[in-house]
Amino acid sequence: MQRFSGFSLLRRGLSGHRDWQPQWRKAQPKAAYDAVIVGGGGHGLGAAYYLAKEHGLTNVAVLEKGWIGGGNTGRNTTIIRSNYLRDESAALYDHALKMWEGLSQDLNYNVMFSQRGVMMLAHTVHDVQVFKRHVHANRANGVDNEWLTPEEAQAVCPLLQTDDIRYPVRGAAFQRRGGTARHDAVAWGYARGADALGVDIIENCEVTDIRRDGRGAVQALETTRGLIQARKVGVCAAGNTSVILRMAGVRLPLESYPLQALVSEPVKPIFPCVVMSNTIHAYISQSDKGELVIGAGTDAYTSYTQRGGLHVSSHALEAICELFPMFRRMRMLRNWGGIVDVSPDRSPIIARTPVPGLYVNCGWGTGGFKATPGSAHLFAWTIAHDKPHPINAPFTIERFREGRLIDEAAAAAVAH
Amino acid sequence: MLLIECPYCGVRPELEFVYGGQAHVARPGSPAECSDEQWVEFLYLRENSKGIHAERWRHTHGCGRFFNALRDTTNDHFLATYRVGETPPPAALERAAGPRP
Ligand SMILES: Cc1cc2nc3c(=O)[nH]c(=O)nc-3n(C[C@H](O)[C@H](O)[C@H](O)COP(=O)(O)OP(=O)(O)OC[C@H]3O[C@@H](n4cnc5c(N)ncnc54)[C@H](O)[C@@H]3O)c2cc1C
Repeated sequence: MQRFSGFSLLRRGLSGHRDWQPQWRKAQPKAAYDAVIVGGGGHGLGAAYYLAKEHGLTNVAVLEKGWIGGGNTGRNTTIIRSNYLRDESAALYDHALKMWEGLSQDLNYNVMFSQRGVMMLAHTVHDVQVFKRHVHANRANGVDNEWLTPEEAQAVCPLLQTDDIRYPVRGAAFQRRGGTARHDAVAWGYARGADALGVDIIENCEVTDIRRDGRGAVQALETTRGLIQARKVGVCAAGNTSVILRMAGVRLPLESYPLQALVSEPVKPIFPCVVMSNTIHAYISQSDKGELVIGAGTDAYTSYTQRGGLHVSSHALEAICELFPMFRRMRMLRNWGGIVDVSPDRSPIIARTPVPGLYVNCGWGTGGFKATPGSAHLFAWTIAHDKPHPINAPFTIERFREGRLIDEAAAAAVAH
Repeated sequence: MLLIECPYCGVRPELEFVYGGQAHVARPGSPAECSDEQWVEFLYLRENSKGIHAERWRHTHGCGRFFNALRDTTNDHFLATYRVGETPPPAALERAAGPRP
């Protein structure tokens, strides 16, 4: 692997950047692997990376039906924060946030993690109470989160309109360690790191069936590029998880919905942090390229179309124009949708399944990008040890039967 | 935005409707006798089909009535809508099995 450094950039710059090698090999599928990860998003590529790096499992493949990072990893609005309400969630998301802080160094790849702060606006008395409860719960869990008055919020984000709007801003919860990262770089950095450790990254390879032995354990995967034997299979397929798990007879409490985002034409740096408003429904930050990155809501109905209704994204734009009147004349360049796998309690599942050798990492719904390094790390641990790490132990499939829900839906009622 | 045919009022824009989730999920007859598995089935497990999906809609800003629909979740085409208590029209299911529009 060619390592990146200031010196190597300079040296190759002088020769016109012509002697860089591809970042990962175009691997051909082998007949058998010790472990196979289905889904080449951040969670899957990361899991393969940690399997190789921390558990010595290098005979591993990542199977991706399209191109890596072409799923939700490359479609999301990249908000990263860890100020979730429940103890289990705070531990999970903060594990990820701590890993983000060292990820570029670990991967020798700049994922452009930027701790510019995430501000969540409160517009109603209920919002104020809920967010203050979050601030206190987070502090008790060692997660930074602070309450800002409307004036303090405006001092952080001067463009924010706090009054003279239909739902005036009554304050905000602000996590300074939160921020954004470059989504593609996360997929590419993990792919490059995993590849260097021997992992095969196989694109255009769709898993079409799961074969099991007499015991019911996973034996092999049928794919569009042939049969691949594996005794351990980890599925990280976001909105398509139900489809894949059904191949092994496992039903999951998931529903897949389109979620949309859009970006504006690029402008000079004007927006210092991330602002989210769940009540009037919009999320916004500015990418390093200068585009305003805006998140909309999910459609009402389940779908696999990766599109979403126009009225959903225009609703988000109406909210943005209320909060930031100066953006009214901005033009939007692109909008798109991704299919998110929503669980009943809005918490993920990172667990073994009833099928021996089959593991699943799903249910991240509208908010799993922020968890990428932590989720990948814990999933690799779970696959390698055939049991959950203490941090993901509560995030089982069985919690729905046992009534041990990790309810971030009612608690947070926020999408990201 | 989708165009949806309410079986009572005709074709109307999606904004007039509220989605009601998977159709034909029967509430357990005697809840006290249900096992945990049956509760999981009723409360949490859904088909989440990639393909034909039977689902409920309510024409909230119209007649206000619930009805069922068959929709292909890979392209959001509605194959049929039908009234509560009716079974999915077989013609629509056959069409769904045949070549896609
Ligand atoms: C518009 C939008 C905005 C979002 N904003 C945020 C945000 O601000 N913050 C945040 O934390 N999260 C956000 N999310 C959620 C976040 O993107 C996801 O939770 C996260 O990226 C999931 O990563 P993943 O690696 O599990 O899935 P993906 O990146 O979707 O990867 C799954 C992969 O599996 C592949 N696959 C599927 N079926 C098969 C098969 N049969 N065989 C082989 N491969 C298969 C797919 O092609 C895909 O590449 C957003 C999502 C969307 C859509």
